[in-house]
Amino acid sequence: MGHHEKQSIVSIIGSVLVIGIYSLYVYRHYTQADIGLLNDFQFWGKSFLYLIPVAIVVQIVIQILFAIANRIVTQEDLSDITDERDRLIELKSIRISHWIFTLGFMLAMGALAAGMKPYVMFLTLITSGFVASLASEIAKIIYYRRGA
Amino acid sequence: MDDEKVFISNSIRRLRFFANEMTQQELSDRTGVTRQTIVAIENGKYFPSLELAFRIAHTFSVPLSDVFTYFPENDPVHKKMVAKQAKKEKK
Repeated sequence: MGHHEKQSIVSIIGSVLVIGIYSLYVYRHYTQADIGLLNDFQFWGKSFLYLIPVAIVVQIVIQILFAIANRIVTQEDLSDITDERDRLIELKSIRISHWIFTLGFMLAMGALAAGMKPYVMFLTLITSGFVASLASEIAKIIYYRRGA
Repeated sequence: MDDEKVFISNSIRRLRFFANEMTQQELSDRTGVTRQTIVAIENGKYFPSLELAFRIAHTFSVPLSDVFTYFPENDPVHKKMVAKQAKKEKK
């Protein structure tokens, strides 16, 4: 298994951990106490706004820890070269995640159009962002295994 | 990989052998790509850009045609074009 595949697996684990722990934290501290918050736009705005930097910082920390662990176990430095194949795979996986998020966005707007509560739209948006990021990493693993 | 499906083959492994048994890592260092990319090219899983193909040929000091060989009879796009042309000629 190449280090790109390992990085993708670590990234998937990181994403699952971040979204899982963050959702649990928000649920326990806020929505469990006041279920009415689910239809409060300010609550959703704050939740999104905090989730993005938290997710970025956690991913960076996890990748640094992975690089250190990888260095200790394999005695190899992670390659800092990004070649044409890496860029091609990156583009292909971004395209997949873009389409999944677009589909999720349409579903979220569809939920609003169908007269569902606003929290359905926000949950659909968060879920589609999460699924899109997972799909991007899974696609990378598949492309690296296939060649490109 | 099934030989009948291969429409671009390469002789990188043979060329490496005759270049003082150059390793994949050495070739990747000389061409500015990762070793995984060289492995993928050698196994016919990835077709490099023209730029990288020329760099590989230049590393071995051989013309591009000595590194990569094209088999149009196995190329699905070429087959499609030939069939299209034949259809046009029939009309």
